[in-house]
Amino acid sequence: MNAPLLSGARAGEPLLEVSGLCVDYGAGPGTVHAVLEADLVLHRGEVLGLAGESGSGKSTLAYAITRLLRAPGMITGGSVGYHQEPGRVVDLLAADEGVLRVLRWSQISVVLQSAMNALNPVFTIGSQLTDVLRAHRPGMGKAERRARAAELLAMVGITADRLDSHPHELSGGMRQRVMIAMALALEPQVVIMDEPTTALDVVTQREILEELMELRERLSFAVIFITHDLSLLIEIADSIAVMYAGRLVERAAATALFRAPRHPYTLGLLSSFPALHGPRKQLTGIPGSPPDLRQLPAGCVFHPRCPYVMDRCLTERPPLLQLGVNGEWSGPGRWVGAGADRAAACWLQDGSVAAPPELARPAPGVKQPAGLVTSAEPAEPVVPSAPATRSQP
Amino acid sequence: MTQLEVTAQPPGTGAPLLEARGLTKHFPVHGSVPRIGGGSGPGSRRALWGARRLARGGAAADGAAPKVVHAVEDVSLALAEARVTAVVGESGSGKSTLARLMARLLKPTSGTLLVDGHPVPPASRGGRAYARLVQLVLQDPFSSLNPVHDVRYHLARPLRVHGLLKPGADLDDTMTGLLERVSLTPADQFLAKYPHELSGGQRQRVAIARALAVQPRVLLADEPVSMLDVSIRLGLLNLLGDLRDRERLAILYITHDIASARYLADTIVVMYAGHVVESGPAEIVTDQPSHPYTQLLLSAAPDPDRATPPDLNGRGSPPSLVTPPPGCRFHPRCPHAMAICAERLPPAFEVADGHQSACWLHASDSGLARPGHADPARNGLVADHGQEGDALTDP
Repeated sequence: MNAPLLSGARAGEPLLEVSGLCVDYGAGPGTVHAVLEADLVLHRGEVLGLAGESGSGKSTLAYAITRLLRAPGMITGGSVGYHQEPGRVVDLLAADEGVLRVLRWSQISVVLQSAMNALNPVFTIGSQLTDVLRAHRPGMGKAERRARAAELLAMVGITADRLDSHPHELSGGMRQRVMIAMALALEPQVVIMDEPTTALDVVTQREILEELMELRERLSFAVIFITHDLSLLIEIADSIAVMYAGRLVERAAATALFRAPRHPYTLGLLSSFPALHGPRKQLTGIPGSPPDLRQLPAGCVFHPRCPYVMDRCLTERPPLLQLGVNGEWSGPGRWVGAGADRAAACWLQDGSVAAPPELARPAPGVKQPAGLVTSAEPAEPVVPSAPATRSQP
Repeated sequence: MTQLEVTAQPPGTGAPLLEARGLTKHFPVHGSVPRIGGGSGPGSRRALWGARRLARGGAAADGAAPKVVHAVEDVSLALAEARVTAVVGESGSGKSTLARLMARLLKPTSGTLLVDGHPVPPASRGGRAYARLVQLVLQDPFSSLNPVHDVRYHLARPLRVHGLLKPGADLDDTMTGLLERVSLTPADQFLAKYPHELSGGQRQRVAIARALAVQPRVLLADEPVSMLDVSIRLGLLNLLGDLRDRERLAILYITHDIASARYLADTIVVMYAGHVVESGPAEIVTDQPSHPYTQLLLSAAPDPDRATPPDLNGRGSPPSLVTPPPGCRFHPRCPHAMAICAERLPPAFEVADGHQSACWLHASDSGLARPGHADPARNGLVADHGQEGDALTDP
């Protein structure tokens, strides 16, 4: 599922560029830095996974990008460049309400966490679907709007007779599908999904993800998929950014992140998911618990839980280091291009010390420019006992 | 009709400690209580009497049974000492109802519980003695602890209620001992803390310590890690594993996550719409699933190792439990459904030693081949496990 779907357009063309984004909750001495200096690029047609535990700032980051953050949340720095057309970049953080009003939903839409509460219980599905069309497509007639709403429902596998149903008459899975249909109503370029399938059973979750991937292929929108379930993300995302305590700690192509993680937290997360097959092995998870954002540890925020902690980690905060295509330290730099983007915020990866072997596995040869692949053989799987079933294209 | 006899017990262990035999729970449907001015049918006065009688365990007087939710239907399972039995199912499969029945928080519509082979008296009697033996840990540690009391209160309460404080023994020592057993150290600092000062994982550990206070022999854990952050789930699962190994507790682990059940449990019981559909040793059930529903569940579970998107066989959603389909409850979705599936409820067929599957495909006299798994990598495993080959002949 990780294969790039857009042949021409996906060739590294950025769609959304987040750089140095900071979000605080509150002000003064009790300020919580919910997101600190986040750098991200979403490419056209890409599924970018945002993984992290509760309180890691993943939802806050998404709401900041769309300027949906409510007080006491405050964006205190950075920029979010949206490439509306080639050569035309809008800074969403500087944009006024008028510009945002045009961009929201028609260019960037959001599927909110818990579809149960995101739909209005007193209106029918049809009226909620046509509402957005009425607001954004003033030229559309009533019958046209209803036809489009029926078409949208059909797109997610719901029959048109449900237009007159109220949300409580639908199952959880159907409500989530309605939310997705609604988000796609104006054919946006970017769809931000905040834990869209967390409350659903696995079979329903899988069905919805399948539909989503089909729709993406057809409509070629890009997705920012927020979840705590890294094992799911590895299956569906093209690239993944891992957040911990408000910081981006690692960013890589999904396969590379799975086969060759560079941050101890990612490694710990990966070994927190028991495997579905292979011999059973004792897993340790990550000792301790996520920090209180009001009393963050000095230095690297992960150091109290890190098995590889060094003296330096206690005092100096590691920046998000840009790594080479094979996940190695290549000196300071910026984006090399899609697929080659690899970064980790860990002092083990800056070349000053030799990283432990489990954090220095060779990256798999997928999704890298052909000439730059240094290791031909597939890397050892990170999650214990995983048989090498993944085909290497 | 053949009884569904599932004795989910790993071979080679002693007698079951806590056993459920034929547990059934029907909940009355509120909609079947009359509306004012109703004539006949479910809205009538008769239906009200019927529903009341049902609540007392009687039958409806007017032939047409009042509407009930068939939450748990004829489930038998045995929890053995020093074993973890996982019950896996989706929401609505009846797994939590089963835990509550086994904790005697709910009165079963029919069926019995046996402790060491002796039937447990009706729910009205012996509640405290039973609670000393069987303790329940709930899903949400944010609501299962009282926010106005500290940890000390939560742990002292069961000790006092059950009269477990030996004269001369120091209460604090007992409680710090409990906290150390769930790896909350330094224990004396945790005693004075309130739930809001603890993280989710720590709260769940307090809830487990509270359950351990009465020195139970059986621990029922209803989705104990699903509310917790991913990075701390493993710690809790390992704790349950330790309690099994060190203290020989019989543990029932209820979960929707089949991967965690495979990790922790010795035995897996898969439930669908109130029925047990498959049971057996954990690795066998997950590596060689023999029921189409278990196969569906496994193919839908997230798996980073998967090379291609999985094939889902049996799309759709669970049936209404008020009017469940006749025969096998999975048959409307089942890719292998046959005529018999809609008519008769399949009993549990023994597909291998200790591995049972309630599916007509496994009826030895049916002459039908076993279903192959959707994942080709696992087909080989299925084939050498069954004798009849893995190619399915559609009826």
